Amino acid sequence: MNYYQAGDYEVIVVGAGHAGCEAALAAARMGCSTLLVTLSMDNIALMPCNPSIGGPAKAQLVREIDALGGEMALNIDEANIQMRMLNTGKGAAVRALRAQADKREYQEVMTATLLRQNNLEVVQAEVEGIETRNGAVSGVFTRTGARFGTRTLIITTGTYLKSRIIIGDLYYEGAPNGQFPARRLSDSLKDLGLVLGRFKTGTPPRVDGRSLDYSKMIEQPGDKRVLKFSFMSPRVLKPQISCWLTHSNQTTHNIVRDNLHRSPLYSGIIKGIGPRHCPSFEDKVVRFSNKDSHQVFLEPEGRRVNEFYVQGMNTSLPEDVQADILHSIAGMEKVRIIRTGYAIEYDYVIPTQLKLSLECKTVKGLFTAGQINGTSGYEEAAAQGLIAGINAALLVKGQEPFVIRRSEGYIGVLIDDLVTKGIDEPYRLLTSSAEYRLVLRQDNADLRLTETGYRLGLVSEARYSKLQKKLDAMHSLMGTLHDTTISADNQTINRMLKESGSRELRDSTSLWQLLRRPEVSLEDILNSGQLEAAYDEEVLEQVEIACKYEGYIKKQNEQIKRFEALEDKRLSLDLDYESVHGLSSEGRYKLMRVKPSSVGQASRISGVSPADINVLLIHLEKMRRQKSEDDDQ
Amino acid sequence: MNDCIAAISTPKGEGGIAIIRISGHDSPEIVQKIFESRSGKRIIDFRSHSLNLGYIKDAEGLIVDEVLVSRMDEPRSYTGENVVEINCHGGAIATRKCLELVLQAGARLAEPGEFTKRAFLNGRLDMVQAEAVIEIIRARSEKALELSARNLGGALSKTLKAVEEELIIINSRLEGSIDFPEEVGDPDWTEIEEHLQVVENRLKSLAASSRRARVYRDGVKVVIAGKPNVGKSSLLNVLAHKEKAIVTEIPGTTRDVIEDLINIRGIPVRIMDTAGIRKTEDSIEKIGVERTRDALIEAEIVIFVLDASTGLSNDDLEIMQEIEDKRKIIVVNKEDIKNRLLNGDEVRARFPGVVMVEVSALEETGIDDLEAALEEIIIGQSGRSETGQEIMTNVRQEYAINAALEHVQDAIRGVKNRMAIDGIAVDTWGAVSWIEELTGKAIREDVMERIFADFCIGK
Ligand SMILES: Cc1cc2nc3c(=O)[nH]c(=O)nc-3n(C[C@H](O)[C@H](O)[C@H](O)COP(=O)(O)OP(=O)(O)OC[C@H]3O[C@@H](n4cnc5c(N)ncnc54)[C@H](O)[C@@H]3O)c2cc1C
Ligand SMILES: Nc1nc2c(ncn2[C@@H]2O[C@H](COP(=O)(O)OP(=O)(O)OP(=O)(O)O)[C@@H](O)[C@H]2O)c(=O)[nH]1
Ligand SMILES: [Mg+2]
Repeated sequence: MNYYQAGDYEVIVVGAGHAGCEAALAAARMGCSTLLVTLSMDNIALMPCNPSIGGPAKAQLVREIDALGGEMALNIDEANIQMRMLNTGKGAAVRALRAQADKREYQEVMTATLLRQNNLEVVQAEVEGIETRNGAVSGVFTRTGARFGTRTLIITTGTYLKSRIIIGDLYYEGAPNGQFPARRLSDSLKDLGLVLGRFKTGTPPRVDGRSLDYSKMIEQPGDKRVLKFSFMSPRVLKPQISCWLTHSNQTTHNIVRDNLHRSPLYSGIIKGIGPRHCPSFEDKVVRFSNKDSHQVFLEPEGRRVNEFYVQGMNTSLPEDVQADILHSIAGMEKVRIIRTGYAIEYDYVIPTQLKLSLECKTVKGLFTAGQINGTSGYEEAAAQGLIAGINAALLVKGQEPFVIRRSEGYIGVLIDDLVTKGIDEPYRLLTSSAEYRLVLRQDNADLRLTETGYRLGLVSEARYSKLQKKLDAMHSLMGTLHDTTISADNQTINRMLKESGSRELRDSTSLWQLLRRPEVSLEDILNSGQLEAAYDEEVLEQVEIACKYEGYIKKQNEQIKRFEALEDKRLSLDLDYESVHGLSSEGRYKLMRVKPSSVGQASRISGVSPADINVLLIHLEKMRRQKSEDDDQ
Repeated sequence: MNDCIAAISTPKGEGGIAIIRISGHDSPEIVQKIFESRSGKRIIDFRSHSLNLGYIKDAEGLIVDEVLVSRMDEPRSYTGENVVEINCHGGAIATRKCLELVLQAGARLAEPGEFTKRAFLNGRLDMVQAEAVIEIIRARSEKALELSARNLGGALSKTLKAVEEELIIINSRLEGSIDFPEEVGDPDWTEIEEHLQVVENRLKSLAASSRRARVYRDGVKVVIAGKPNVGKSSLLNVLAHKEKAIVTEIPGTTRDVIEDLINIRGIPVRIMDTAGIRKTEDSIEKIGVERTRDALIEAEIVIFVLDASTGLSNDDLEIMQEIEDKRKIIVVNKEDIKNRLLNGDEVRARFPGVVMVEVSALEETGIDDLEAALEEIIIGQSGRSETGQEIMTNVRQEYAINAALEHVQDAIRGVKNRMAIDGIAVDTWGAVSWIEELTGKAIREDVMERIFADFCIGK
């Protein structure tokens, strides 16, 4: 095919899913001329599965994206129909906000943001080939004959690579929402030497709200107070729309069992590996045969559409069986399916081929982000998109890559897990993967990352000065709490202590000491009139957590200090491990495959022993000395 | 900046001098916490590379060992960092105790080859030596692997396996509840506490067992003390099965500390007979009594001998006061004589809670009881391990076991005080990381596995 020259850009992003949108916005905001190419303008920021954003670990990601100047938080704050704080009783570190999204509105808001962004152009087209020169990206080709030139390319094609839809014994090439798959791009990636794998995921049917019997279901309302993801969003409570809870029963499970032979999972049609955290309903029935019932949530897909997502019913059984299953469930006896549930198989790039910057180790300027790297989930995709966008822009500017460490953010945990440990099923981030969970909270994402975002040029002046004010207020409040001494005969305080079930004062004490008591809240102290200035809710929250968790946070910070020492020892990508004397053979093999960027990263590769790490440290020192001797000559 | 590492840097042997070496910027401060110099000077005020006499003291302020301490300033030290060396004189047990105190004060145990590694990284060794360092690291780590593999085939590994299983359950319950609140719900705290208790008990018995094993390996110091003429030397001779000490009817016969290595029911015991304690003008005897007091300070266990033929005197009561804090056995000797002025019940009433045995060193009666009592007090209430097989651990393993135990106990306290899950999890994962260090096996993935096996997760 003869391609025509359609333009040159500094950064090109392929795919306008959750990863692509963040990547394109970040690159453009950092001043790079950016092109976003996507299959369909009508499916920008599409949520092909559940209509919700956030939850454990994911909420932390969304807040971190926001703190760095990304878009997801602002977008969902605008386009939600319900907000709920999960895990409220379980501690500050694991509290997690979750929003129900209005899917259409979510897409519209994001599309509008993209089309408003300076330095960013959006084009509808299918990219089918990647052009390289001397091992570096130089451009892309589209199916309709265009060639766009670029030095950096971010591929965020999600589940679209050679995707195949499977429903029962029916299967066909296809992509979410009745779209067509990207057939050629996989081969272009393979030609560049990348190794691909194949994963599978699935989605439940959607049903007509008019056919539901709500009287047989339990209402799940949103929180009454104002909740938001972004540190910048205004405090407004949107009208909340409820979800509904019902349960499957023995009849449901019998229908599944009677029809297992028609499931593609059991007939062998599906070969890709699916996620353990998101099994199909048929899987649940088979694996938990002793359970009499499973939860089924009905989640509205939007404010204006009376369509519901049937959470818990992710299935690839044939359409008629799907209907029988739903009809057996309380409240859904007469339900009408609008969209059939399906499974989808797709190619992904084995992520250990990437650097921590998400650039491919072997092709200069080529980045991949999102589900193409084997993850699942909108938030995981968006987080990678943001990092890839930032690093593409930094590469254009000739600056050092930006990497978030495991001790600095969930984003760091996510990317390090992918790139260092590799995966064998679609990856979902969990809070348990974060070793330093106690300091990586959703409430302090801005304190951790906004400064960095500002230096990268992603964070606006307004956001930055808001952070500074918050920091000042925090320090002043903490100072006051430490400095204000309460005498043992203070009536108001003793009354307050008694009311909150705490022991009365025996000696004079500081307000900080008082606040350390589990039964005493900062609110109690404020209400007892010991402090004058009024503080913002966010400030109070930070100070209270800093006090209550002081001991635990100290423990964690010590662990972090030890962790970081090894992270600071950099390893070069072209280090010749063959020549490093003393490595174990397994360690050597693994190091050659992963090519870690620091000794710390090396230590997390399975098969690399503590002795190997010591050998590496000594090798590094030898190299350094050789170098300084050479320099002297 | 590197953290402080510590290790015993001379080969372990009977008696002699052992050196504990501590390297790292803060090493003088760390050692200062447990050290008191004779001169009253602080470690940072010592001249670099000079030897200074003083005492290592435990948390209660009790002297653990008399030592020589020297400080070597960076970069003029073996590792190129600040180094403090403690020369211990008190034999294997005291050295070990000192090391433990150093670790408690904030150092961590050095890895194999770590001092040498630091020395190289700080430019104290040349390139040729670097190759040798690698060989040391490799060899030692292989040796360690081999050792732990051997150990892991046995009782230790079985117990650790069980602990690991419990921790996987505990963490999967907590993490499941955190990461999948809708599917898993709140954890059942009674259940979590039960599991934690199981882990605590297992680790406790492991810790006890390794303490016991340590006794079998390193032995204990037992001092026989009492007034003159009560039969101390006679008792030593009976226990040692030989005429080690001179026995006469003259009070004040023994003038010096007489030491022997004996074996009590398989336990190596360094036993010491001492001069009888009394106020005296005799200058030789005076020195003897002083030595008795020194020996008492070092004693891990005291056999306090009373004389059935004389009855309790004020002297006895004073001696009893001196050894108040010691683990001890009261022996009422000369039970053979006709007109006893002191009987067992009287002693029991007088010193409630102290183990008492009546013997006759002359007729060799009650000696079995005494040996049994000694074994009991050395090995502790828990007695021998159920299997009769002791779990052998090295200092490193013992340290890890105790660190894990501490986390588990903190976690139990957290559950009792209704702390939030995220805080409790710091300790449950903290315990995991120490167990991982012992077994060399990462179990985070097993926790996830367990969540998916036990709970039906998924939208
Ligand atoms: C059926 C299904 C079920 C799922 N279930 C879950 C679930 O239960 N839980 C969960 O967390 N996540 C689930 N997901 C995953 C979640 O939807 C994705 O992780 C997330 O949307 C990925 O974002 P992304 O930006 O990487 O890719 P996508 O959102 O898939 O976006 C890819 C974009 O790339 C474009 N594109 C693709 N190829 C080309 C090309 N060659 N040229 C130009 N543009 C191209 C597409 O048009 C699209 O805009 C599911 C996804 C599907 C499809
Ligand atoms: N009848 C009787 N006499 C004993 C017994 N044990 C020791 N004696 C006698 O008591 C006297 C003192 O015994 P030693 O063993 O020398 O006593 P000691 O406590 O070592 O005395 P000093 O070294 O002087 O402090 C000797 O005459 C022993 O023979 C005993 O069990 N029964
Ligand atoms: Mg004597």
